[in-house]
Amino acid sequence: MDIKVRVWRQPSTSSAGKMVTYDVKDISPDASFLEMLDVLNEKLILDGDDPIAFDHDCREGICGMCSMVIDGVAHGPERATTTCQLHMRHFTNGDVIDVEPWRAAAFPVIKDLVVDRTAFDQIIQAGGYITAPTGTAPDAHATPVPKKDADAAFEAATCIGCGACVAACPNGSAMLFTAAKVAHLGLMPQGQPERDTRVIDMLQAQDDAGFGGCTNAGECTTVCPKGIPLTLIGRLNSDYRKALRNR
Amino acid sequence: MSDLWNDGDPIADTAAPDGPIETRWERHRFSAKLVNPANRRKLTVIVVGTGLAGGSAAATLAEAGYRVKSYCYQDSPRRAHSIAAQGGINAAKNYRNDGDSVYRLFYDTVKGGDFRARESNVYRLASVSANIIDQCVAQGVPFAREYGGLLDNRSFGGTQVSRTFYARGQTGQQLLLGAYQAMERQIGLGNIEMNARHEMLELIVVDGKARGIVVRDMVTGEITTEFADAVVLASGGYGNVFFLSTNAKGCNVTASWRAHRKGALFANPCYTQIHPTCIPESGTHQSKLTLMSESLRNDGRVWVPLSVGDKRAPGDIPEDERDYYLERIYPAFGNLVPRDIASRAAKNVCDEGRGVGPGGLGVYLDFADAIGRLGRKAVEAKYGNLFEMYQRITGEDPYEVPMRIYPAVHYTMGGLWVDYNLQSTIPGLFVIGEANFSDHGANRLGASALMQGLADGYFVLPNTINNYLAAGPFPDISENPAVAEARATVEERITKLLSIDGDRTVDSFHRELGHIMWEYCGMERTEEGLSKAIGLIRGLRDEFWQRVKVPGTGEQLNQNLEKAGRVADFFELAELMCIDALHRRESCGGHFRAESQTPDGEALRHDDEFSYVAAWQYADESGKPTLHKEQLEFEYVHPSTRSYK
Repeated sequence: MDIKVRVWRQPSTSSAGKMVTYDVKDISPDASFLEMLDVLNEKLILDGDDPIAFDHDCREGICGMCSMVIDGVAHGPERATTTCQLHMRHFTNGDVIDVEPWRAAAFPVIKDLVVDRTAFDQIIQAGGYITAPTGTAPDAHATPVPKKDADAAFEAATCIGCGACVAACPNGSAMLFTAAKVAHLGLMPQGQPERDTRVIDMLQAQDDAGFGGCTNAGECTTVCPKGIPLTLIGRLNSDYRKALRNR
Repeated sequence: MSDLWNDGDPIADTAAPDGPIETRWERHRFSAKLVNPANRRKLTVIVVGTGLAGGSAAATLAEAGYRVKSYCYQDSPRRAHSIAAQGGINAAKNYRNDGDSVYRLFYDTVKGGDFRARESNVYRLASVSANIIDQCVAQGVPFAREYGGLLDNRSFGGTQVSRTFYARGQTGQQLLLGAYQAMERQIGLGNIEMNARHEMLELIVVDGKARGIVVRDMVTGEITTEFADAVVLASGGYGNVFFLSTNAKGCNVTASWRAHRKGALFANPCYTQIHPTCIPESGTHQSKLTLMSESLRNDGRVWVPLSVGDKRAPGDIPEDERDYYLERIYPAFGNLVPRDIASRAAKNVCDEGRGVGPGGLGVYLDFADAIGRLGRKAVEAKYGNLFEMYQRITGEDPYEVPMRIYPAVHYTMGGLWVDYNLQSTIPGLFVIGEANFSDHGANRLGASALMQGLADGYFVLPNTINNYLAAGPFPDISENPAVAEARATVEERITKLLSIDGDRTVDSFHRELGHIMWEYCGMERTEEGLSKAIGLIRGLRDEFWQRVKVPGTGEQLNQNLEKAGRVADFFELAELMCIDALHRRESCGGHFRAESQTPDGEALRHDDEFSYVAAWQYADESGKPTLHKEQLEFEYVHPSTRSYK
């Protein structure tokens, strides 16, 4: 199939960017979206142009590195799908497809479609862990965990930290990301001792990193490739109120 | 074969203790020197890579009080490729009371590795495996649990005991997030200096000791020299030498290869694991291959058409014109034969012209019987997420049409040679996880990669490195000429790559190299093919240095420059892999030499001649590598022949 892509080109963080249109001819419907860009880049290099920079790594939907807004939607038109798992068969011959980076105050553009997501790591540093230095652990069966809690914790823990939730949010908020980690650790008995400080410190780090506030728009969960539910934000707010009372 | 390599001295000392195997690790730890807690904060350790091995090591060393500097090429330490591991992690907990034990896990691992691993190391791995599960649970890793609240286990890869712990199909992700979170805690406390989007491009060796690395900031292009009292490489495997593999796109051998060039021996490079259940290539655009859990073989039946060139749709081929070849050749194990055997059988039927799908490179994995027997609902409950993944990638519905699968490179058992302390032949350079040649011998068992990465990082290295660091802190090296020299090597290479300005892209070379390796150093190797491959690789490498086109400059984010450096190192590794495969005139584990097989086509080992680790010393580009042998002694598990018929 033959398509056109309009891609955000920005040489560096400090320079201005613009959309540039490229023809991509004879692309297989079985190619992934990133493979389509690979093919385009090969052509750009041989033509003496600067290839398009984009983040990617595992290309199987789990590392969270790929990050593109495709036709206005983070990770593109397919639900519960990362960009690397989106295939060209979902587009039609002759389509003109817009490709942009995550746009959020806390994720500055580094080049083209590559953004800096260090702010997510800062949120985890503030409290997204259970303090358990190596060697101190009791036997794994010392504390049974009800299956429903373990399963719910797992669901929250499947977050891949890609940042689509932030890119989709009209406020550039990281609430779904933070809520997923707070829920994962807060559902496990091992996570109870730090439960109050965790939620307070992580929310503070989120504000400090320049993320916006949550207004329950719900765009985050719609684009989330792992389907992290909006209800976890309610859980986070409840945890936060309790933590403030306990302080 | 002396025109390709030199024979060197055997490896005399592996630092492995002797005496009863059950107490070797304990005695070794007791005899090692310790570092006073007050002195630890004067000692710096560099850790390259943040996967299960590197992440767990960095966190643990920082908790112990060392100053840690960590590097990864991704934008966050959470993204290392350990994250993609699906199946599970083995541990000898014997929670099922089904006869498992440390000794049994040790025995299975040595045997599964086709008797090409060091017994002392494997026993230690099995004995610390239980601690890993305790550690991960304490961190809040949400393992699968039973209704009583205890951890669930499953049997994996045909073992007779259930010792595999798992978190649905995302075990690697959950274990890595545990290590990552422990690391981030230490970063927040100021004990780890994290350098994401940084790539190690050279090792700094001063007075024979590893003392630092040269790194490139992948965002600004700035080259810096980083110093430490010891360097730990946890930079993963080299499967991407094949271009197409199940590795992440960024996985590369550069950190290991630069250390190899500086004197670290590279062991058993030809041992690669080819996984039988991957989604086949769909065309020339293919950039990587995706693995599907081999648990699919528990219920799926593997077949191809009986006759060559049968192009009918699978549903139109009647039962008696299908060849369920695994069930036919291996009636005892059927579709559940080990990975290497299933992979080679698929290659054989495709070579006969009976393969299915584009290019005839695929075999069917058919669930029609399972759906008929168990019902669609039951199959969906077991494999729903895998079916969905398959459909997403291929656009075909596996409930209606049989899946197509083909083998793909998945894991590399070879790597930098290390002794019992996980120290390479360069003092102060330690190598952990997939990057070392390690504990899997010639073939790795399912669910053992995660176990080894975390064993090395949480429990082994943090103990063994003390004995080395006790002699530190070492003198300041910033003015040493070796530092400027290492830096100059990196800068000259980057300048060279950018200046060629030829007419072929890096990817086009990488793809061609991958074809050569897959064809001649893949599932089946012959003397003729390997000799041919060495010539082809050399020719292509020369062409690369004449014709490669790397756009842009070194002072910016330049993904093609990164790739070019990695591919240049893959060329050198590829040649060594072929030499290693050529010299090993036996079949063992993942290494099948067509000249060494039984009359009915099974792998034939030659223990009398090849019961050793082949550790290669680097020779400069015009010269030959030198082979050093570490003789393997089997005091506990006596070599036998694997049989699955």
